[in-house]
Amino acid sequence: MGKLLKVAAAGAVMLGLMCGTAAYAQEVVGLITKTEGNPFFVKMREGAQAKADELGLDLRTFAGKFDGDNDSQIAAIENLIAAGAKGFAIVPSDSAAIVPTIQQARDAGLLVIVLDTPLDPIDAADVTFATDNRQAGRLIGQWAAGTLGAEAANAKIAMLDLAVNQPTVDYLRDQGFMEGFGIDVKDPNRYGDEDDARICGHEVTGGAEDGGRTAMETLLQKCPDVNVVYTINEPAAAGAYEALKAIGKDDGSVLIVSVDGGCPGVANIKDGVIGATSQQYPLLMASMAMEAIKTFVDTGEKPAVTEGLDFFDTGAQLVTDAPVAGVESIDTTKGAELCWG
Amino acid sequence: MSDDAAGSATAEHGLTGAAQTVASFDTERPGLIRRIQAFLHTYPTAIPFIVLIVGIAIFSFAAGSKFFAPFNLSLVLQQVTIIGVLGIAQTLIILTAGIDLSVGAIMILSSIVMGRLSVVAGVPVEIAFVMGLATGVLCGFINGVLVARIKLPPFIVTLGTWSIYGSMIIFISNSETIRSQDIAAIAPMLQWMGARVALGGGAILTIGSMVMLLIAAGVWYVLNRTAFGRHIYATGDDPESARLAGINTTWTLIGVYTLAGLICALASWVLIGRVGAVSPLGSQTANLDSITAVVIGGTSLFGGRGSIVGTLLGALIVGMFRNGLALSGVDVLWQEFAVGALIIIAVTTDQWIRRISA
Repeated sequence: MGKLLKVAAAGAVMLGLMCGTAAYAQEVVGLITKTEGNPFFVKMREGAQAKADELGLDLRTFAGKFDGDNDSQIAAIENLIAAGAKGFAIVPSDSAAIVPTIQQARDAGLLVIVLDTPLDPIDAADVTFATDNRQAGRLIGQWAAGTLGAEAANAKIAMLDLAVNQPTVDYLRDQGFMEGFGIDVKDPNRYGDEDDARICGHEVTGGAEDGGRTAMETLLQKCPDVNVVYTINEPAAAGAYEALKAIGKDDGSVLIVSVDGGCPGVANIKDGVIGATSQQYPLLMASMAMEAIKTFVDTGEKPAVTEGLDFFDTGAQLVTDAPVAGVESIDTTKGAELCWG
Repeated sequence: MSDDAAGSATAEHGLTGAAQTVASFDTERPGLIRRIQAFLHTYPTAIPFIVLIVGIAIFSFAAGSKFFAPFNLSLVLQQVTIIGVLGIAQTLIILTAGIDLSVGAIMILSSIVMGRLSVVAGVPVEIAFVMGLATGVLCGFINGVLVARIKLPPFIVTLGTWSIYGSMIIFISNSETIRSQDIAAIAPMLQWMGARVALGGGAILTIGSMVMLLIAAGVWYVLNRTAFGRHIYATGDDPESARLAGINTTWTLIGVYTLAGLICALASWVLIGRVGAVSPLGSQTANLDSITAVVIGGTSLFGGRGSIVGTLLGALIVGMFRNGLALSGVDVLWQEFAVGALIIIAVTTDQWIRRISA
């Protein structure tokens, strides 16, 4: 009996403590990214954490186990709803499959901000903060065409993409590049249907060095005269460069362009590995999201989208040390200050 | 007594006219299919070898001279080197009727230890390299102890350590890539495996490909010419009989997983040579690709039967299909499809061959 009393007393004290802390607790907010491993998401988490600390928010972070892990993200949203969060930012792994769970969260009164990868449909979120990936692609396409000048008409282009299922970011960058370069893209939301003879082919890289190298080797076998290489991101570009180096084509005769603006990527521009990249700003996306949730908690006001777009454009800038007339760019010194990862 | 003798003689009268032969072998010539089955049972690596030759013939026809050129064929060899080395490690484990889902993670972890220590922490590259190898050995040893001493199923053990080693990759690498240019400047030794040797006729071998062949030769010797090798086959075939025959199956298993860990660490050296950089991303499917190579190479997932040569052929077949289909202008989607179909065919053939001994 005595023991039971003690346990009951301990329980009561603990309950009191929990209630006590809850009363003074900060508002809970969340950040859910695709994976832990990608520096892009690491930077996002840093940006969110710094801003949350500054605003006095209690940030809970979650990530999937791999790119495409929808189940872990569903569990993360459920946990946030259960924890009484006021809102969260998410980089969806599966932009369509996560929508019903996001709806649940919104029904429960949470503000949902989608970062980087828009949902399908995009208005399933309260607002989307993202890089305009099509514009990011256009910038490097314009730069490549401008650098080649009249020779652009005879270019031979290798397209190193992300994945077979063509996720949004994949086709937006790919098709944006083509638009910028001056290629008829046919269906603007799907690559591979173009008939421009300048395109050698599309291969997928998984967005990593090993995939980039193998894909580049395959396309070089198909078209030994490739002189422009579009890459989905900078790790894939670094892999492609290794393949070019292996056959002595690292003499600057092949232009490599990319998207992301990570620190290793900017350093690779400085070293002449990559010609130009479109830099995006994950830290900004995440810190803006925290501010937006704070505003929502205080005033109930939801963030607005950029004029003319259905999302808020966090911007992309071309980074290169060989600027081209008519395409606005920053140099690698400036790019290195702003880079992530 | 004589009555008895007479009685039994009488009794044997009843046998008159019955077959006189006591027992005999079926001398009827087996059909062609049976003979092929028997041949493949004796020489299991014949199947992947035939598939490889037929594949080369088909792609030479479909993709033309771009495929059947010394440079392209040597390129396929370069492209399968990493999976080939991991496949050798995987073969050892599958021979013991196990499976290792953590081989890719061990490889990346070792490469990160090598890269971080030498380039970021400034440790002499030789020491960083040895620490990388030691990381692989330790990871393999942990797998082995969990499988052999704690007696957990290999699938579960390596499913767990895959996650654990995966989180160590993120922790140690800080999710940062080490650039090829930085490694070349500070720790060029890590990129040795990527050095190229021209063979003439346009064919190019990397040191990494040669090291793969050396590792394969070494493991082949261990499997076929040493007691430890025979213990591996025996343990995989029937662990209970192996134990009763006096084999220390516990230490055989721990030895196999540890050796596999070392080979994964060597694979990380080959990997750095090939991609130049050290990256925590990438090689996400290396574990499954290595199992694919082993299975297509004719090694039985039930243990005790298979070979290193088969695994190298299996890796080459996958590489050849991807390369050949791409050069023939086939969409990536169908390349995946083809590899899947190859796996199913390989396992079906394995089951069919096994039936001969039933």
